[in-house]
Amino acid sequence: MTMNAQGRPTAAFAGESAGGEETVTGNRGLRIEEPLIFEQDSPGMTGVDLPAVPDAPLRLGTVRPRGRIGLPGLAEPQVVRHYTRLSQKNYAIDTGLYPLGSCTMKHNPRLNEKMARLPGFADLHPLQPQATVQGALELMDTLAHWLKTLTGMPAVTLAPAAGAHGEMCGMMAIRAALEHRGEGGRTRVLVPESAHGTNPATAAALGFTVDPVPGAPDGRVDAAALKAKLGSDVAGIMLTNPNTCGLFERDIRSIADAVHEAGAYFYCDGANFNAIVGRVRPADLGIDAMHINLHKTFSTPHGGGGPGSGPVVFSESLAPFVPVPFVVHGPDGLRLVEHAGGPDAGTAFGRMKAFHGQMGMFVRALAYILSHGADGLWQASGDAVLNANYVMARLGDVMTPSFDGPCMHECLFDDRFLKGTGVTTLDIAKALIDEGFHPMTMYFPLVVHGALLIEPTETESRAGLDQFVDTLRALAERARAGDAAAWFQAAPRLTPRRRLDETTAARKPVLRWKEGEGRAGP
Amino acid sequence: MRYLPLTEADRRAMLDAIGVRSVDDLFRDVPDAARRSGPVEGLPDHMGELEVERALGAMAAKNVPAGSVPSFLGGGAYRHHIPAAVDHLIQRGEFLTAYTPYQPEISQGTLQVLFEFQTQVALLTGMDVANASMYDGATACAEAVMMANRLTRRRKAILSGGLHPHYRDTTTTDARFIGFETVVLPPAPTGGEDIAALVDDGTACVVVQNPDVFGHVRDYTELADLCRARGALLIVVVTEAVSLGLLTPPGDMGADIVAAEGQSLGNPTGFGGPYVGLFAVKDKYVRQMPGRLCGQTVDADGRRGFVLTLSTREQHIRREKATSNICTNSGLCALAFSIHLSLLGEDGFRHLARLNHARAVRLADRLAGVPGVAVLNDAFFNEFTVRLTKPAAAVVDTLAGRGVLAGVPVSRLFAGEHEDLLLVAATETTTDSDMDALANGLAEVLR
Amino acid sequence: MADVRYTKDHEWIRVEGSVGTVGITDYAQSQLGDVVFVEVPEPGRTLEQGKESAVVESVKAASEIYAPVSGEVLEGNQALVEDPALVNSAAEGDGWFYTLRIADPAQLDGLMDAAAYKDYVEGLH
Repeated sequence: MTMNAQGRPTAAFAGESAGGEETVTGNRGLRIEEPLIFEQDSPGMTGVDLPAVPDAPLRLGTVRPRGRIGLPGLAEPQVVRHYTRLSQKNYAIDTGLYPLGSCTMKHNPRLNEKMARLPGFADLHPLQPQATVQGALELMDTLAHWLKTLTGMPAVTLAPAAGAHGEMCGMMAIRAALEHRGEGGRTRVLVPESAHGTNPATAAALGFTVDPVPGAPDGRVDAAALKAKLGSDVAGIMLTNPNTCGLFERDIRSIADAVHEAGAYFYCDGANFNAIVGRVRPADLGIDAMHINLHKTFSTPHGGGGPGSGPVVFSESLAPFVPVPFVVHGPDGLRLVEHAGGPDAGTAFGRMKAFHGQMGMFVRALAYILSHGADGLWQASGDAVLNANYVMARLGDVMTPSFDGPCMHECLFDDRFLKGTGVTTLDIAKALIDEGFHPMTMYFPLVVHGALLIEPTETESRAGLDQFVDTLRALAERARAGDAAAWFQAAPRLTPRRRLDETTAARKPVLRWKEGEGRAGP
Repeated sequence: MRYLPLTEADRRAMLDAIGVRSVDDLFRDVPDAARRSGPVEGLPDHMGELEVERALGAMAAKNVPAGSVPSFLGGGAYRHHIPAAVDHLIQRGEFLTAYTPYQPEISQGTLQVLFEFQTQVALLTGMDVANASMYDGATACAEAVMMANRLTRRRKAILSGGLHPHYRDTTTTDARFIGFETVVLPPAPTGGEDIAALVDDGTACVVVQNPDVFGHVRDYTELADLCRARGALLIVVVTEAVSLGLLTPPGDMGADIVAAEGQSLGNPTGFGGPYVGLFAVKDKYVRQMPGRLCGQTVDADGRRGFVLTLSTREQHIRREKATSNICTNSGLCALAFSIHLSLLGEDGFRHLARLNHARAVRLADRLAGVPGVAVLNDAFFNEFTVRLTKPAAAVVDTLAGRGVLAGVPVSRLFAGEHEDLLLVAATETTTDSDMDALANGLAEVLR
Repeated sequence: MADVRYTKDHEWIRVEGSVGTVGITDYAQSQLGDVVFVEVPEPGRTLEQGKESAVVESVKAASEIYAPVSGEVLEGNQALVEDPALVNSAAEGDGWFYTLRIADPAQLDGLMDAAAYKDYVEGLH
């Protein structure tokens, strides 16, 4: 069998109880138990007042009007309270340091939100006559100009909805370009073992054979092994740079040259572009296509899981193979080309989603970009890298860095420092939660054991970093002092919920509330 | 720079702690030829809030917000009134600036929202279970087709001519690169196509839309029965989620998968995104579903709580064997959807749907009386197709110049086809005087 | 007594005549963590040695189980499908995955016996 040795406990620990004073309600001060909205039904109630419906016959043909749906009824105050109370059970970048490696949790400026809500952007319909949306097209064109200039690449598509969607788009462009030059038989894609899961998932979804490339001892891809795998059946490589260990791929230029020499394309996963934005142009590294996560590098909010936006920049050789729509300059101003195969679409390969991309994210990203300017982006990436190296330097003696520095925007540790303590990476993460911090990324990348990947971003002050580092040092020392495993395993104790039983959740999935089944659990 | 908290003294002290002389030394792994000595040229320097507001405000001012004029635009994006509480609540930092809930102990807010969202979507569509959202309706549609391929181990999808062309193109683009067959029926603006005749034992799925892109509503129960008999799955697409408050839901018609656009609830039309894809299936298909799922469980003290679950379907674990490469979804848009629906409640949502239908019926009757306009639909929800005696795109442009957004020319969606057809939508935001403006405008332009 | 053989990929096969019973080792289950889902092959399916034959999932990982030898599937363990926790509680007993008719008994010679597997696992640390 394939041995994914990531077996970490997923059932909840019995452990010691959280303790503390019992209350009548189960609430604990500001921490309020909130039932499901379905358990708060006040039949007939509504939180919206609508005009009366005129009594006219329905015009639905043979379709019957539906019966009861089963939604609960609540007045507005109860709805507002419900969601406000739920929000208070979340950690967020607004509440504190969020050092999730490879996720880039930086400050989300509220100016971006304000700009995205201007009626001149938010209240546009995507199919309005183009003469009535020239400012929106100008915004897309301006963002495209910045993305092209910052990357040094001649073309960009704004269509993809997220990073993984951008990867899909970029790999489709590579396939389209290969087919265009009659080399559709190239079916192998090289992907380093340290890659994000989306890379092999994308390549495989498109019918490419994924050929994993091993890492070198220094945390980079093994350039020699990579070059040895190149051949006439290779469509391209997918390489993350800076990579998922937080390191810059030093051999990237020679890799790019070898890839091009072999007639293949170089796809770069740009998830970590925030480390080098404004300082290094991917075009100067020999890249053919790269997606940019606007929700990472350019601070559009993560929103508990999305939405994102994943524009893709292209080199000259791939520029003709983009999806629709895109903006062109015409005699009557800016214009959207919306149909692949149309007279003005050239070799555009198709469509990624409905309409024109994540416009709301474009506005936010451009607000962030204009706020920083070229000088501010230079400073931001510099500070992000400085912060990560500072954390690495201050933790190096009590934890075990996986590779020598300098790192880029994130620093990677493995769990050797916990050896023999009975404490795991997971336990350290959960103990950090009780200390008021969101944990780092755990168990990724897969290339080191028990990974702890810390990305502080440029958002953190030196004092904030010191507090975080001091906390981690204290926890590491506590773990190594011995006899602490039980204490760690009982963490977190102070959260709205303690460790959750993921095993039962997966064995007997309950994926929705059902009427009449009442509350599960006490 | 207002977003960067380090002082020069901080930077100096931190460099000393690291043991390097400059930040540039930290970039020493970058090849010299690619490492810049200063900011990228040709781009402006940083701006204060005031300047950014001016720059972006100037762009916004060049647009005509749909809400500032009578607007009849639909075609897969619908302008509805969004209660004030929705936008207030989604801007709470704990929702807005949280990541995907990978640490459940400190993400119960997002997780409970997702559990409630999944339940709401399942109830609306009449299905057993729904996921925590997709990018949009079009990508949900394409993912549904790929899921049907996996489930049936067949490689052919039949797409109705009533399917929104952007959904169709998103799916056929995937088909081209992923390698499955699509049979696309021609658009049928007057309704009626014999899709059943095409279903054979190589068919993985049939994709229909209700209401379809021309506004026609249909009962697909017979088609569902026929698909089942041939071992194919029926995928029902919904682009106007409010219609689910009035029409028999796809689940009751026998749909296997529902792929829908949820923008209509809680989310502005926003020039096309971000929106929120809804994805619902029958229970037995849950392990082949794409995207995140939230499930109920208990914590170490035995209290109810929620976690992301069945993650082994997903890319970060399954890598090249994942059901989809999707990672980021539309969490915040799903939250907006969920809050709006919670405010509406059972009665409010059904009321809203009836109101939309009633406004559209009134508009259809009004336009039917305009010389040069013929209404093509007998049965519709809040959008229908009219045939004009002049090319619709030119009529729309002319009326836009007079301050009326008259609808979506069918030729814009179908690349030049059916130039005389116009899609017209009405919602609860459409007033009688809006209708007068459109009817009078059409009467003048078509004279 | 039945002969049990082991693969380097941590599958075991118990041989009784021409019939083999296949599962994963106790060491393997301890590495996987709590098993939450399994997929067993349909009877009649032809398996090839070293190729994917079944799937085992924990909360955080999905693994393919390879066929230790080639053969035709006789039975998948439905009790295991119903209760995947059996892999954790009885990996080398009730937590078996499937039985198969062994196509080429000579393939068994390439597998390890219990003592050799024990040494092999110890060498992994």
